[in-house]
Amino acid sequence: MPNETVLTMRGISKQFPGVKALNNVDFTLRKGEIHALMGENGAGKSTLIKVLTGVYGKDAGVIWIDGSEGEAHIHSPQDAQNIGIATVYQEITLCPNLTVAENMYIGRGNGLLVKQKDYEKKAGELLANLNIPARPKQQLASCSLAVQQMVAIARAVDMNCKVLILDEPTSSLDDKEVQMLFTLMRDLKSRGVGIIFVTHFLEQVYEVSDRITVLRNGELVGEYVVEDLPQVQLVAKMMGKDLDELNSMSEFSQKAAVSDEVTYKAEHLSSEASKPFDFQIHKGEVNGFTGLLGSGRSESVRAIFGADRVTGGKVKVNGKDVHITKPYEAMKNGIGYLPEDRKRDGIIADLSVRENIILALQVMKGFFKPLSRADMEKFADEYIKALSIKTASKDTPVGSLSGGNQQKVILARWLLTHPDYLILDEPTRGIDVGTKLEIQKLVLKLAEENVSVTFISSEIEEMLRTCSRLIVMRDRNIVGELTGDQLTQKQVMKTIAGGEAS
Amino acid sequence: MIVTKKTLKKKGNLSQLMIPLIAFGLLIIFNLIRDPGFFSIETKLNNAGNTVLAGNLISIINGASELAILAMGMTLVTAACGGQDISVGAAAAIAGSVFVKVIRGASMVTGGTVILAFLACCVVAMLFGSFNGMLVSVFRIQPMIATLILYTCGRSIAYWINGGATPTIDGSITGAIGSFIPGVPIPTPVIIVVVMIILFSLAFRFTTLGLYTQTVGINQNAARLNGINTTLIKLLSFVILGICVSVAGCIGVCRLQLINHETLLIDIEMDTILAVAIGGNSLGGGKFKISGSILGAYVIQMLTTTLYAMKVSSTDVKAYKAIVIILLVVIGSPVVKRWFTKVMANIRGASIRRLGVKEGN
Repeated sequence: MPNETVLTMRGISKQFPGVKALNNVDFTLRKGEIHALMGENGAGKSTLIKVLTGVYGKDAGVIWIDGSEGEAHIHSPQDAQNIGIATVYQEITLCPNLTVAENMYIGRGNGLLVKQKDYEKKAGELLANLNIPARPKQQLASCSLAVQQMVAIARAVDMNCKVLILDEPTSSLDDKEVQMLFTLMRDLKSRGVGIIFVTHFLEQVYEVSDRITVLRNGELVGEYVVEDLPQVQLVAKMMGKDLDELNSMSEFSQKAAVSDEVTYKAEHLSSEASKPFDFQIHKGEVNGFTGLLGSGRSESVRAIFGADRVTGGKVKVNGKDVHITKPYEAMKNGIGYLPEDRKRDGIIADLSVRENIILALQVMKGFFKPLSRADMEKFADEYIKALSIKTASKDTPVGSLSGGNQQKVILARWLLTHPDYLILDEPTRGIDVGTKLEIQKLVLKLAEENVSVTFISSEIEEMLRTCSRLIVMRDRNIVGELTGDQLTQKQVMKTIAGGEAS
Repeated sequence: MIVTKKTLKKKGNLSQLMIPLIAFGLLIIFNLIRDPGFFSIETKLNNAGNTVLAGNLISIINGASELAILAMGMTLVTAACGGQDISVGAAAAIAGSVFVKVIRGASMVTGGTVILAFLACCVVAMLFGSFNGMLVSVFRIQPMIATLILYTCGRSIAYWINGGATPTIDGSITGAIGSFIPGVPIPTPVIIVVVMIILFSLAFRFTTLGLYTQTVGINQNAARLNGINTTLIKLLSFVILGICVSVAGCIGVCRLQLINHETLLIDIEMDTILAVAIGGNSLGGGKFKISGSILGAYVIQMLTTTLYAMKVSSTDVKAYKAIVIILLVVIGSPVVKRWFTKVMANIRGASIRRLGVKEGN
């Protein structure tokens, strides 16, 4: 493969109010290579992609693209398309109720007359050429997700793209479909297309990519040839920890003694979103699920709470067989769940702080037993004070509070139900350091009061500080369980990366 | 009315009720200027020989009864499902037909017959309500599309129930329900509205209906994750609307002492939705105030009565109504509200600045 570059980005910076999303980032894409763009949440991957595709303007930096004279000026997605940059997003952005051929040529005709026959013929040739199992006249919605994605890629290819961006293309595909997609990607690569591959799945990166560029906190960490970068190193680079530095880091957590009583035990529990897994937690224990984003850690705890449709498994709570298929049943069995996505699954934005705090308790009491106004006020006051929630009054709509205070309100909601087992999914995301520490302390205090807690966080330090046992997940499977001396950053990363877990 | 005002005072939060209250005030002032005696209430003897209250105000309050009752139920559906039921008029025709059918089936119309007839029509209306509710909550069809089905076929079903005729009922009891109970000077429909308001207040007081409905309407995901059965709450809102539909249908039938399946409460669905909107409730669901919708119903009725009093022909009334409604809705829109808040803030800011300058000097 010739080593000529097709895309060069130099010194790209992008500032959002309050955040430096990209700081002097370089990126180089060569002809006929698959280049993985890696980084944790907020690393700047999507911002870089959006600058490249003209969704965002850049504050500084230059972009050159092969075939264009001088600097490329990309001010809109249309510009990007015209100079040969095509993007296929995670969510299919085609029209499901049109045919495959229509989807491939929609919006590209020069005149008003659409030459249906021509398009169908051209589409048929291209699909055959790329080995995509779809017929031009077929309605797009009747194709599997993978094929739809491939049609989107075919559309991009037909527009003579030089750079193809695949943003999380595999997240909703199964293993077989992923292989189909990879075959297509390799095929395109051999035709000289430069592919930027954004994904959270480490193994997939190592399967198809030639090079990896790692971003962290809006800065370039480096560009590596895949063979030179073992998975452990990649994980360390994404998380910003040098392995040597990790070795010298000391542990300072003091974990409460765990009793022998098992609060919750699941065997082969599975839901629509998670693969079957075994799990148990003791009384007064704090454990954590860790893994990169998309590893299935959230899906697993959602299965425990019955948030997604449970498809199988045996569950015991406090030694008794129970059946938990929906959140209400989990609540009745003393389980509380603080969801990962506060806005979507947590707060009732237009309702007051008071109503948000008492909601779960009220639901558990039942439809015909409303709490008295006085009780509501009392509970609200109590928890606003206990968690020092900053709000103008308890009648303020919760949506107008800051993120950290919204999180505390939801925390208050679950604490008020006095659960035996509390699941906290990313309780500290997007909130300030002070509040983070408060929440960590609260978790340890709950454990002392014999509550079992599952604590999930993207920040490993935080989990090491609070958890006495870590369950490590990768690609939707549990790949390790770490306790005691194994609870070090180095070991966690090794396990996440799939290195030998010894 | 009286109860409404009380709840207003108690809640203390008037911002949502500003629009209907202002509309109310303007209509009252306009009418008083036009005719100072417009709202005078007098007593007179009616045909049955009872002393009853009469006057424009009474006819407004009386005339809005069905609308007010439907608006209460519609508010719940709107809040929980983020959409409206456009089949209430047709469903009321079915309910009314059932009511008439049962009464005509009895050899003698006693109090028991009327209660039985009402219960039968309640059950039927609740069944049709749950049909709508099922489409919306289980099959996730948009409320307006789901209820379009009953809107289309409802009056045909009503036609079949009584075999196509427009049968009349007679009897002093149904007559009293439609007009006045002997010895009581207040129109019976108004009393029924008050009873319905009390029932709704009790429901909100002794169940968590209000909290659940708003939670489901604002954030369905979160509602589910907090253990609320969202399907059931949506279904329940339609069933409650079904009760309101049967009450409104019965009042409509008793007023005329006959059922005309083609004209009974015709076009009332649009007025009902309008009442909810004028009451400051978001038609997209979520937070609601039933008191607002009830006020909205009376605003609409007062507007209609005012136009008739001004000798606007009945064909033109709708056009004039539309103009006023456009004004109300635009004034109540978020864009105008934001603009208004900004202007107010500017005025306040300007005066503060002026004060500041003076002090500085």
